[in-house]
Amino acid sequence: MTVTNVVKNPDALTMTVTSEFNATIERVWQMWANPRFLERWWGPPTHPATMVDHDLVPGGTVTYFMTGPEGEQYHGWWRVIAVIAPRSLEIEDGFADGDGVANPEMPITVMRMQLDELSGGRTRMIIETTFPSLEQMDQLVAMGMEEGLQAALGQMDALLVN
Amino acid sequence: MYNHMVVDHVDQARVDQMFHALGDATRRDIMTRVIHVESSVSALARHYTMSFAAVQKHVAVLERASLVTKERRGREQIVRVNIDAVRRASVVLDQLESIWLHRMDRFGKILAEAAHPPRQHRTQQRLRKGDSA
Repeated sequence: MTVTNVVKNPDALTMTVTSEFNATIERVWQMWANPRFLERWWGPPTHPATMVDHDLVPGGTVTYFMTGPEGEQYHGWWRVIAVIAPRSLEIEDGFADGDGVANPEMPITVMRMQLDELSGGRTRMIIETTFPSLEQMDQLVAMGMEEGLQAALGQMDALLVN
Repeated sequence: MYNHMVVDHVDQARVDQMFHALGDATRRDIMTRVIHVESSVSALARHYTMSFAAVQKHVAVLERASLVTKERRGREQIVRVNIDAVRRASVVLDQLESIWLHRMDRFGKILAEAAHPPRQHRTQQRLRKGDSA
């Protein structure tokens, strides 16, 4: 298991995930800096990601879409707040409409990623995600509830049919 | 996900009641509307073509399943989601945790794969070496 620690703070609306990899800091950085690597891990296997724009400079944007099993597309974007290669990255992460244009009504999270060199050519990665407000989290609960329930109820229907 | 939020502290009967309550598109829609901000039953009713009484019945089913609370305020009945803020935040954080654990799993596998090329690739290299020898 590469993840060594997860800290969730519901009061501060943050989550911190710490991982360690048996790879140099340059190679770990490339997992973010190279869009071909990034798209192999950002989306789940059922919804692989395709990076469209990938401009990792302050103020730059990354746009991508994930493709579902039925060919449906979900668009997302990052706005780069700060970047220090190969050590740290800070972005805003949001949803976009079908045409890839950022949807300002959907929740935006802030993600800070930091890499530290460990002995033996290993690298530690700390990722902290922050939600700006409880209202935005509520929006995610509502969205997740709608999708999660439809999925759960769909499975129940399938069980009843079988 | 919703299961996660409620199931651990409630008995099976209540889970059944909750599933029944949410097994209806209108009631799910009411839930997603009132999760952001409280709403009066009459304001909710304006979103649907059905009668006020029918909407009121849907709200009553959600109330029996303890998913919402209803409070009389003047002439209005105010509907509110019955989940406290910290609990709602933990639901989202749990989901986010699961997303990132999966991402880190793939992240680590890609790094390991790049450091140690897959077996098939090495075999091909050996074969090529054998050819040239």
